[in-house]
Amino acid sequence: MSSDTTAASQKGFAGLAGDWASDKDAFKGVPWGKAMMWIFLLSDTFIFSCFLIGYMTVRMSATDPWPNTSEVFALEMFGHHIPLVLIAIMTFILITSSGTMALAVNYGYRRDKKRAAILMLITALFGASFVGMQAFEWTKLIEEGVRPWANPMGAAQFGSCFFMITGFHGLHVSIGVIYLLIVAIKVLKGHYDKKGYEIVEITGLYWHFVDLVWVFIFAFFYLW
Amino acid sequence: MEQVQVQQHPLSIYFKIWTLLFILSGLSYMVDYLQFQGYLRWSLIIIFMLLKAGLIVAVFMHMVWERLAIIYAVLVPTLAIMVFIALMALEADYTFLSRLIYFGR
Repeated sequence: MSSDTTAASQKGFAGLAGDWASDKDAFKGVPWGKAMMWIFLLSDTFIFSCFLIGYMTVRMSATDPWPNTSEVFALEMFGHHIPLVLIAIMTFILITSSGTMALAVNYGYRRDKKRAAILMLITALFGASFVGMQAFEWTKLIEEGVRPWANPMGAAQFGSCFFMITGFHGLHVSIGVIYLLIVAIKVLKGHYDKKGYEIVEITGLYWHFVDLVWVFIFAFFYLW
Repeated sequence: MEQVQVQQHPLSIYFKIWTLLFILSGLSYMVDYLQFQGYLRWSLIIIFMLLKAGLIVAVFMHMVWERLAIIYAVLVPTLAIMVFIALMALEADYTFLSRLIYFGR
């Protein structure tokens, strides 16, 4: 039987790999990289759901008053006191970056390398400015005495939720910026001329997901 | 090798969705700016949030143009999260009541 080289006859790691890859194609017409990105994003959805559900649980069970986020994240701008303004600006920046990313995907499939790469670089720039504003926000709250274990404005759980949720989201944005820069440079160099430009869409999926998570954080953590 | 579906759509659809996302974000910010409270606030926040999330997943992430196999593979497991939310809400209520009874505040 040694001449039989089908996947079913192989043993050990070769057999393991063969069994998982034996020409089964569940997601027809979807490149494997895109299917894997979707599955990764699904697992990431569960991670962020755990954070937000944990936040819900501690907020519902906290007996100390929860700080008024509208006031905590207010800023004095142009002589006016504007509630939640920094977070609103961050939201608009992320949505803008999602738009430029969607356009980059479109130009990628048109094989317009230059436009796709430039739009991706603009997206990365918006992402970097978002992280910068988040660093500013963290600095402001740390100066006001908010810690992962304490919070002078009320419930101590506010601090732990804030740093964990926005911290993990900020990490995702930072990784996204690096990912975008790498892919944009590779697009410019023409590395995908033969392989095709699905990679831009896959990068786009990750970036839109980061924006998607922010939609939920904005609603539940900042607005609720 | 299966023919790869290329997600090629007119640019105008992206601009339309982009505008809608801006409007919806503006509206959710207005919920806070105008200081709506109670059930009005919570229901508006959830409505705008779900609309935004839906538009991003459906159009920007091209979900409406995908085959049903991948749509279900991604969206159905997230339903389990609803069960988790319900369980933890019960748990939080219980913890809150215990704190009131045993710690007197």
